[in-house]
Parts: sequence; C-alpha cells; structure tokens
Amino acid sequence: MEFAELIKTPRADNVVLHCPFHLAVEGTLCLTGHHLIFSSRRQDNAEELWLLHSNIDSIEKRFVGSLGTIVIKCKDLRIIQLDIPGMEECLNIASSIEVLSTLDSVTLMYPFFYRPMFEVLEDGWSSFLLEQEFEHLSSVTNEWRLSYVNKEFSVCPSYPPVAIVPKSIDDEALRKVALFRHGGRFPVLSYYHKKNGMAMMRSSQPLTGTNGRRCKEDEKLVNSTLRSGRRGFVIDTRPLALAQQARAKGGGFEQEVHYPQWRRIHKYIERFHILQESFIKLVEACNDQSHNMDRWLSKLEASNWLSHIKELLTAACLAAQCIDREGASVLVHGSEGTDSTLQVTSLAQIILDPRCRTIRGFEALVVREWLQAGHPFQQRCAQSAYSNSKQKWEAPVFLLFLECVWQIHRQFPCSFEFNEQFLIMLFEHAYASQFGTFLGNNENERAKLKLPQKTMSLWSWVNRPEELSRFQNPLYEANSLVIWPSVAPQSLQLWEGVFLRWNRPSKFLEEAEEERINIIKYNKELQAKLNSHVMAEGR
Amino acid sequence: MEHIRMPKVENVRLLDRLSSRRAVVGTLYLTATHVIFVENGSETRKETWVLHSQISSIEKQATTATGCPLLIRCKNFQVIQLVIPQERDCHDVYISLIRLARPVKYEELYCFSFNPKLDKEEREQGWKLVDLNEEYNRMGVPNSYWQISDVNRDYGVCDSYPTEVYVPKSATAHIIVGSSKFRSRRRFPALSYYCKDNNASICRSSQPLSGFSARCLEDEQMLQAIRKANPGSDFIYVVDTRPKLNAMANRAAGKGYENEDNYSNIKFQFIGIENIHVMRNSLQKMLEVCELKSPSMSDFLWGLENSGWLKHIKAIMDAGIFIAKAVAEEGVSVLVHCSDGWDRTAQVCSVASLLLDPYYRTMKGFMVLIEKDWVSFGHKFNHRYGNLDGDPKEISPVIDQFIECVWQLMEQFPCAFEFNERFLIHIQHHIYSCQFGNFLCNSQKERRELKIKERTYSLWAHLWKNRSDYLNPLYRPGHSQTQGTLHPQIAPCNFLYKFWSGMYNRFEKGLHPRQSVTDYLMAVKEETQQLEEELEVLQERLANLQRSQSGNNKVKSKQQDKSKQFGLYTSNNSLANTPQEYSNDLKSFPSRSPSQGDEDSALILTQDNLKSSDPDLSANSDQESGVEDLSCRSPSGGGCLPSEDSGKDSDEAVFLAG
Repeated sequence: MEFAELIKTPRADNVVLHCPFHLAVEGTLCLTGHHLIFSSRRQDNAEELWLLHSNIDSIEKRFVGSLGTIVIKCKDLRIIQLDIPGMEECLNIASSIEVLSTLDSVTLMYPFFYRPMFEVLEDGWSSFLLEQEFEHLSSVTNEWRLSYVNKEFSVCPSYPPVAIVPKSIDDEALRKVALFRHGGRFPVLSYYHKKNGMAMMRSSQPLTGTNGRRCKEDEKLVNSTLRSGRRGFVIDTRPLALAQQARAKGGGFEQEVHYPQWRRIHKYIERFHILQESFIKLVEACNDQSHNMDRWLSKLEASNWLSHIKELLTAACLAAQCIDREGASVLVHGSEGTDSTLQVTSLAQIILDPRCRTIRGFEALVVREWLQAGHPFQQRCAQSAYSNSKQKWEAPVFLLFLECVWQIHRQFPCSFEFNEQFLIMLFEHAYASQFGTFLGNNENERAKLKLPQKTMSLWSWVNRPEELSRFQNPLYEANSLVIWPSVAPQSLQLWEGVFLRWNRPSKFLEEAEEERINIIKYNKELQAKLNSHVMAEGR
Repeated sequence: MEHIRMPKVENVRLLDRLSSRRAVVGTLYLTATHVIFVENGSETRKETWVLHSQISSIEKQATTATGCPLLIRCKNFQVIQLVIPQERDCHDVYISLIRLARPVKYEELYCFSFNPKLDKEEREQGWKLVDLNEEYNRMGVPNSYWQISDVNRDYGVCDSYPTEVYVPKSATAHIIVGSSKFRSRRRFPALSYYCKDNNASICRSSQPLSGFSARCLEDEQMLQAIRKANPGSDFIYVVDTRPKLNAMANRAAGKGYENEDNYSNIKFQFIGIENIHVMRNSLQKMLEVCELKSPSMSDFLWGLENSGWLKHIKAIMDAGIFIAKAVAEEGVSVLVHCSDGWDRTAQVCSVASLLLDPYYRTMKGFMVLIEKDWVSFGHKFNHRYGNLDGDPKEISPVIDQFIECVWQLMEQFPCAFEFNERFLIHIQHHIYSCQFGNFLCNSQKERRELKIKERTYSLWAHLWKNRSDYLNPLYRPGHSQTQGTLHPQIAPCNFLYKFWSGMYNRFEKGLHPRQSVTDYLMAVKEETQQLEEELEVLQERLANLQRSQSGNNKVKSKQQDKSKQFGLYTSNNSLANTPQEYSNDLKSFPSRSPSQGDEDSALILTQDNLKSSDPDLSANSDQESGVEDLSCRSPSGGGCLPSEDSGKDSDEAVFLAG
C-alpha cells in the first residue's frame, strides 16, 4: 500500500493553528505517511509542530462557510485546532488523518519506517535480558533456575522464552502446571527480597473450576518458595465474589485445603472497560471550562480515577508489607495475570527495591514486568481518552502504574533517580512512538514481527547521555531503604503533569524546576572547584 | 492555680488517629499554660505540649472497658485523643480544661507570662521591626494626592481604626467626619494600598448607611476625592465583597450599598464572598472530613466538595484578582467594603496587595501586610479566634482563609515568595497561641490601653530571628516571578485550588511527603555558601602560597569538616518510615518480632527530626516557651521538664505554677 494514495491534499497554506496558552499562528500544513506537520511562516517564530498520526486519538471537523475547522485530540491528551480555508481541502485532510491514524497493520506503523538520526551506542533490544537478572540473583541465592521450557512459546504464548522458577521444579512439572493456569501462565519469580530471602511470584488464576480440580505440581511449585514452617500470602486482585464466579468459567483460586500454608487476601483492582471509562471521565473533567468549583470536585470524584490509584497502591503496599515486614513469600494473580497482577508486582518492587528507583533499574522493571511479562500494550494502548469507538480491550493499565510511581515519587522526591518527565515520556511512547518497544502484545508477537531487527528500541535512544540528562532528578540521593507511601486520600493528588499538562500555564512550574537544577549544579561546581584547588595546593 | 483540679494523671493512653496499634502510655500534666503528655519509659521521653489557648473544643466520650476517652481539638488543627483510666479523673481534667481553655481576662493569656529572656531594649527593638509609617512612605505617600489625617487621633471618629490614616488631600476633616457618620461603625474610606506607578489606589471602608434612599453629601464627596487622587482615571470601582442578596437585605436595616445614581463616576460591583457564619460552618465540615478514619477517596472528595471550602477560597482569590487587575492594568482606583469592612475587606485588600506588589511577597513585607490590612485596621482578632471566652458565633477562620490564599498562590508561583509554607503555618499557629502580643484584642485602641508593647513580645521579631527556617530556596530577588504583578490563571482554573493537607492535617506527619524538597535545597544552599567562603579563603591562601611555600595543612583539615557536614543532610534525606495499615487481613497473622518493633520506633524518631523553631515539635514543643515558662515559675528554680524519675519536687514545681 502506498501512503500517497491516502493523501489527496498533501499541503494546505494559510492554515491557522490554535493551541491552549499560545497565540494562534498561521502557517502551512503538510501531511506525510506518518506525520502531520505544521510550520509557521513567521520569521521570528519559525517553530514547527510534528505530530505522529498514531498519536491522534480522535478528529472532529466543522464548517463555517468555506472555512473548515479540524479539532485533533491526541493520545497524550493534547488538543489542537486547525482552521483550514477551503471546504474540499479540509475534508480531504480530515479523511486522510482519519485513515492514517487508524491503520490496522502493525508493519505500517512508523517504527518500521523510522531511521534514527543518532548513532546507536547501545542496542536497547539487548540491554535488559532475563539472563542478566538471573546472574544478579545467583550471586545471593541458588534456590532458583532459568527455564527455557517456553523456548518456542508453546507452553505459554504470552510468556517470554525464558523464566525464573524454583530450582526444585523441572520443566516437565512446569508443563503440567501451565495446563492448570489460565493462559498457561505458571507461577514465575517476579522479585527476590535479598534482605530476608522472601520471594514474590506472579501467575494467572488456577483453573480449579466448579469441581475443585487440583494440580499436585502446582502445589509443589508454589510451596517450594516457602521456608520450612513458614507461611505465604496469595494476593488475589479480585474480590472473593468475583473469584468464586470465575470458577463457573473454569477459573478459580487456590483453596485452603490444597494450599494449607497459604493465606489468601482478596483485593479489588478494577479491570479493562471500567478503567477506560474512568480515564475518559477524568479527562473530560480536566477539560471542563466551567468556572464552578463544585462541579470540578464532583466530576473528579465521579471519575473514580483517584480511587483506582488508592486501591492499586494499597494492594502493592500490602504485597510489599507481607514480604518485608511479615517475612512471608507472596504469590500475586488476578484472572489472566497480565494487568492488575503486573501493576501490583511492579509497584511492590518500587517500594522494596532501591534498584528500581534508578533510571536503569526502572527501565529494566518495565521490560521485565510489563513487556516480557506479556502485558498486551498494543491492545490496551490502541486508543486513549478521546476515542469514540467502542473497542473493548483498551485500558489505561500502564498509565495507572506510572501514576502510582509518580504518587510515590511525590512523597519521596529525593529517592528516585528519574524525574516526572521520564514517566510522562514513557506514557507518551506507550501510546504512540517512533520506536518499536511498545509494539505487539507479548514477546511472541514481537519475535514474529522481528521488531529487534526492523525497528529501533526506545532504550537505545533514552539511554544516550544527552537524552538521559533531561530525565535526571537533581535531588536524587540513593536511598537504600524500603519506602512506604501513604495511601490516605489527603496524600494522593491528581497527576497534573499528565492530566492538566495542556490546560495550565506551565511556565512558572518549569522555572521552579530550573531553579532547583541550578541550585544543585552550582553547588556541585563549587565542590569540584574546591577539590581541584585542594589538589593543586597539595602538589 | 485554682482552675486545675487534677494536675497529674498517670497511665493515660495517647491514641494515634491513623493507627490504633500505635497508642502510647504516659502521664498527663495540666499546668497554668499547657497540657503536657509525657510518654512512659524509653530514653526518648517523647512529649506532647498543647497551649490552652490552642484548645478549641474538649469532648468527653462514653466510658469503655479501657477507660474514659477525652478528645481535644485544637485551633491549629491538632486532634488529641486520650484515654484516661478513671472516669473521675477524666471528669476533673475535663472540667479543668474547659475553664483553662476559656480565659475571661486578657491577663490570663500566655503572652503575659511568656518570657523569652530578652531585655527591655530587645523587646522594644522587636516591636519596631514592622513600622507602618515606613511602609506608607515606601508606597509613596504622603504626596501631592494623599496625606495623613489626624482626624482620628484620639479614636474620636472611629474606635476600630488606627489613629493615623491616609486620605485624599482634598478630603477635609468635615468630609471625613460626615462620611464616617454615613458608614457602619463609622469606618470611613481610607487608603489601604497606593500604586505609585500609576496613582491608582485601593481604599477600604464599611458599608454605607444608605437604606432604601438615604444619601450623604460628604460621603459622595469622599468618593469623588478618591477618584480625583488618581488623575489618570475618570471613575472608580466600588467593590462590595458580599453576595448581592446579603447586601440587599442590609438595606432593610438602614445599611446597604452605594447607589450608582447618587455617586458620580463610580462603577459598582458585587463579588459574592459569603459571611463569617457560612465560612465557620464550611471549615467545620472540612475538618470533619479531615478527621474521618480511613476514608475512601470518594468520602474525602465528596466531603471536601460538600464543605464548599475551596469554593470560598476561590471567591476570595477572584475578588483579589479583580482588584489587582483594575489597579495594575486599568489604572483605576478601587474602594472595597463588605458590611463592617474588617473581615472580607481585609482578606480582599491583602490578596490584591500581595498580587500587585512583590514587596509583600518577601518575609518582611508579608509581616507588614498583615500589620497594615489586619492588625491596624481593626480586624477583630479576639472575637474571630476566640482568645477570650466569648460569643461562639463571632468565631470564624477569616485570616486562615487569607493564609490559605497565599499558599494556593505559592503552589502556582513557586519562585515568587521569599518565605515557605512553614512560615505561613507558624503564623497561623501564633494567631491562636496568644504567645505574642501582636494579635491580641480587637483594635489598636484596645491594644494601646492594654500596653501590649510594654508587656508582651512581638511575633515578628521571633520569626525574623529564625528566618533561615522560613526561606523559600527557590526565591531569588532577580527572578522574573519576583517582579511586578502576579497574574494567576483565571479560567479554566478550578483544578488549581487544592486541599492543603500541610495545614489541615498538619499534625499527621504520616500523610505528608516523607522528604522535604524545601529542607533539602536549603541544606544544599547553606553548604554552597560555606563552599563559597572556603573557596575564597583558599584562593587567598593559594595566592600567598605562590609567594611562600608553607602551610597547607589547615586547608586540608577544613576540607574534611565540610564533607562531614555534607553527610548530615544526606542521612536526613534518606529517612525511612513505617507502613500504614494497608489491610485488616494482616492483623491476625504472624506477629512481628520485637526487634522489628524497635526498628519502627527508631525510624519514627528520625522522621521527627524537625527544626527547633517549629511550634509543632511534639518531642519538645515550644522549646523556648514552655521550658522557660516552667523554670521561671518553679519554686525549685530548675529548668527540668516533668519527669517520672525526677521525683515529687519537680512535679510540684510544675503544678504549683501560677
């Protein structure tokens, strides 16, 4: 397919661009296969706007006489308006954008066409291998092994080819366990707490069904993570009633009789469409132009977004508390084990493991607990909060995770190596990107698409020193402790950096960040200067 | 002290509101000025001190198997839950506190016994720190348009006004007196702020006694005079900060608002800020939400909305923004009033001044602003903040709302203010503490009669002495946010108004960010300053070195000192904390080992590592105040704190006090 066929009007002049908090500018609009490009003619302000078609969530058009107006709502929640003279031009442009922003085939996406302008110092596709993680683990314990049972993706299609499992469980047993777990997602190691040797495992629900099916291998696997005489916690991300209902559909939960050393705790973390609706309502409230204070708070409340944040953080804190304070191992699952499960296990690691609060460590966490663990990014992030089409797989699961990290970051502003911009960048790239990292729904699909060969990894770009410097938190001081966030409503705030990003003047806040950076920078300069003086004097 | 029925109760439990597991046992003491709770055992001896004047309500709840619960709510938003083993003891404590918390004479207030050990000269210097004459000169008056009037020199015209007020030069004594007779409580229009760049001004008054048709020539001339004092504009705004309905209702009582037909060249404008009763109820509702035990997100947001608190804050801000815009952008003078002109008018004038003039956004300037718009113009501190026992319907969080407006602005303009959040919180604390004389009484007249300046100390001097604790590290005099008028976003802006947990949940440290960016940056800046000094010394030394070849040892040892200091804030910064109750399910499961328990408390301690001038220090609150007070009153003369092992003598020392 040629993109040119889809673009009837590749260029329009005298177009006026309206962005919030900016004066309207006149310029030229160009459409390419993957971008909408607007460049102003003014000499003093020759700024260009490049917008990926894949970032466009919805488009509306309206006419006043022959002047057409297109309102473009983006997945990063930005809204821009273009006034295009000429009805035909406007209609052509609108229909091209509509088609180009909703292409079906993954291989037509921009990452397959993107050619980086920078030299690749380190190939991000091989920056975070599970083998490296295992090597790190082997230095502290020998209770675990690497299993290649899923090498061909035949045991579990949504798992990576390699997994960390208890040493005492062989591949044959894993195959049997996989048959007993939804989607073949057998329990694997998610996190090992060096401080006390406790483990956090994740899986999907057991397929007990209504007649209470059991699987000896599964019981053995789960129990093998316990020290003798100790007990563990199963954190089920569904309420008990939902877990019971799941039995009718062949699912279920670990029953006490068969897992006597385990205690189940049910938490309620919302799923798919409920989260998506909440996301849409929240963004609607944030874009509300009314002056009424009451309406803002009740709309914020009605969106339930912050309730989801609170529930999620609470569940993650509970998992971390079981491990660090109760000295117990933990198994986390919901139904499929690809959404709420990953939210809980990854957030618990942010709380427990100082490594995950560094830039490198956080990237590794996203790769390990989200990408390799088979969170279906392509389905979940296909549309954002402005989409009108009713597709049922979209959900801001990853965004909720990022926001929870931000909430913890806000409470411990000096304990993270990265800044808020880093989290916002990940949100943007999960929804639309020139990089192949978030394409596909799991490692299996990524292998079939040959993403590592055909596209550039986000990490190849982010980890370049000049990019990294934008994402560093100037206040960072390594904090080796467990950090317990408060989950009280008074402690949680709306993530303005994402939700109000385009609706508030950011100048004063940016100036404040600049001041913070300068204060630290100047201090470091003086220290360096002093040290060099002392050395000079020493000589 | 005849009001103390029960000076000491042992085995009292202090409950932690967030976690029922964290109750501590200790001894409760009642002194002439404070309620003190001292934790039993452990070398840390954590203490909680509460000034009687901070107590807003005491509630005795139904006796349970474990004892008799006593709930003390404070005006600085601290809530203390005690359980006293014996009902009879609890009753005695209750009765004593009821009396102690409601003094009937000014002399009973803490500021008359508080002795920070300063000599007379230092005390006088303290009171001179804020000088309103100087302030009006800074604004640019007197000049050819404005002059000081002595018409109120003996409070003869208006007893709630200061003796010295600025009025337009063309307003004769006859006009002023005439106008004052046509205004509620004779509060005639007077200058609050003058903008020397364009001659526009903010004036303030009370409502006119216009009823349905009354007129007053002198009052009309007074407003004319204000307009003429700004030759650049042919009209003035008259801003009535009340909702229109309230103002209309006042007409029936012979009061009301200006009729545009009678006054030439005015533009009249209502801005609906609700009255003190609505505000009192709103705060009450919001505090109920803050007090909820483990509320859901919906409970909290719904309750916050239902309280209407943020809506009221926004209304006050909107009024301030309107006036600042009129003065700065249109160059038009504004006359502001409400009913009596001492509550909403004070709020609105001070918010507008703060937006207009960067000076008021400095620490010193902010003190001046409160002194100018609140203290001197007769804001009724005693009635509003219930310093003496009085009509509960007079109490209302008027200045609290102004302080919150400042905080909301600080959130939007992080580099614009020289001071930080702590400064605001401590000012709020001391408005209620009565530890300093600044906010006593209802007017300047009453304060002079009471000889406040001779008998008490000034808060401003105390804050100024500790100013390094109150600095905003992001403030830089040359920064663009510290210049000119602030322009807050007008619409959409609802989401810019946020709940201030630092104030209303101030004592629940667990709810706040565990690391303070402000403190961190201040420590870095402090170190930077040391580095600068050292570098200077070094460079000098290096220059000398080139001449002679000796002496680098000293420099090296200095360098080591520095790195030690650097480690100080590093360790403070990497503090840990303890988990909350994330689930009820864990309670019945394996109990923690004692070693973990110890670890918890150790961690909590590092968390409480606060600044010494912080009045909410629970470990040794009111360090100077409380301790000094006890020592100067104790017959044994010892400065020791009440303690279990110090025996009877020191106990008596505490309770015989006063």
